[in-house]
Amino acid sequence: MNYIEHTGKYFVMLKQIFKKPQKWIIFKESLFREMEDIGINSIGITAFISFFVGGVVVIQMALNLENPFIPRYLIGYATRMSLVLEFSPTLMSIILAGKVGSYITSSIGTMRVTEQIDALEVMGVNSLNYLVLPKIIASVIFYPLLVTLGIFLGIYGGMVAGVLTDLISMPDYITGLRTDLDPFHFTYSMIKTVVFAFVIATIPAYHGYYVQGGSLEVGRAGTKAVVWTSVVIIVLNYFLTQMLLS
Amino acid sequence: MIEVKNIYKGFNGVEILKDVSAVFENGKTSLIIGQSGSGKTVFLKCLLGLFETEKGIISFDGRNYADLGIKVRRKLREEIGMVFQGSALYDSLTVEENVMFPIKMFKNRTQKEMLLRVNEVLERVNLENSNKKYPSELSGGMKKRVAIARAIVLNPKYLFCDEPNSGLDPQTSTLIDNLIHEITVENNITTIINSHDMNSVMEIGEKIILLKNGYKAWDGTKDEVFYTDNEAVTSFVYSSNLFKKVREVYTGNIKL
Repeated sequence: MNYIEHTGKYFVMLKQIFKKPQKWIIFKESLFREMEDIGINSIGITAFISFFVGGVVVIQMALNLENPFIPRYLIGYATRMSLVLEFSPTLMSIILAGKVGSYITSSIGTMRVTEQIDALEVMGVNSLNYLVLPKIIASVIFYPLLVTLGIFLGIYGGMVAGVLTDLISMPDYITGLRTDLDPFHFTYSMIKTVVFAFVIATIPAYHGYYVQGGSLEVGRAGTKAVVWTSVVIIVLNYFLTQMLLS
Repeated sequence: MIEVKNIYKGFNGVEILKDVSAVFENGKTSLIIGQSGSGKTVFLKCLLGLFETEKGIISFDGRNYADLGIKVRRKLREEIGMVFQGSALYDSLTVEENVMFPIKMFKNRTQKEMLLRVNEVLERVNLENSNKKYPSELSGGMKKRVAIARAIVLNPKYLFCDEPNSGLDPQTSTLIDNLIHEITVENNITTIINSHDMNSVMEIGEKIILLKNGYKAWDGTKDEVFYTDNEAVTSFVYSSNLFKKVREVYTGNIKL
């Protein structure tokens, strides 16, 4: 099957997903379950990575900006910019594509190979709508929160690292954080996050839903899903940046 | 009643089902038998609407499946119960939630009413004390019984079973076969079972259809199995010495 065929099949799948849920109460239950699996269970890894990456960014900046004519507060400024514009929305999404993407592909793929999806279809349930829509909504709602958390913890991690290693003073760091603050950068970050959240939920769902074979194929589909999700995120990141910031 | 007229189905240019016709009556347990690869599962999936046939007609009490719109098809599927070969229970749900799922999805019932119905069907399949267990905590036979409970919870008109006793010991197989047969008679359901187990044929087969290489090679009752000279039947059924002996005893060639 070629790429065009896969792309067409992907959009046909989206058409099936975006239908009115057959029973709202079941949809609500699934949504809360997915919020826990996809969102709440990702808080730990997001917090951990963001905190340490923030610290590393500050240390790298401080060690590379040794020129006395460059003010120290620029370390805080550069940290904020890199976390808000790139690290939190893009890098965090790629990390989540690995964690959540493989979960989505393996859970749906296992349901496919054990005939659980057939069981839903035989009953008259729109299986795509039932299985994937809650995942998309949960991702789109929860990822902006995760990215916001990542930004704050990254900045905090940077401050802790900078101050503890004596590379920058707290007032300089805070001055840098406040310099040339453009609220649109946060909007840009959130727009990217919502788009990436959609990609993270749908591409792995596609790979899981159409898997054929057994457990080996489910594993392969998981790997493929993570690779393709990351590729699509990187490409979309380029176009979104071009469209929104240039 | 389900009527199948001259259906064909193939994949990637290879024909799996060729000109298969059959009638399945209400209140009777019909068995589709045949070797592995004979097209039994494809046939069942065509009846279930999981595969579209290339030619032919499948009608449920006069309703031609191909002529129905998506919404009416979904409605029709609410009248169908299916027991999958691997049970296909939802791993993340308990036994109670698995059985309750179709009612929750398609009916407007209170929690109390749903629970009452769930307990009723679980009792019917002799699984009274397993409501809170997850599928991973159940034995193969118990999973099959939960799958049967889920399939009958909405009082279906049509019940399909794909090798319901595969992987089970003979005692549990007989139990599952009899359970399906009893439910069929009690509720006047049209039941179709895919099997290659001759014990099932002897236990509950009121109508038997033998598929061979995608064709319907033979149909008849379980008694007729012993008297037919059809080559497809004799080569499939009497490949086992046990059934050769059973036939001899049954047809009077040997006295015990």
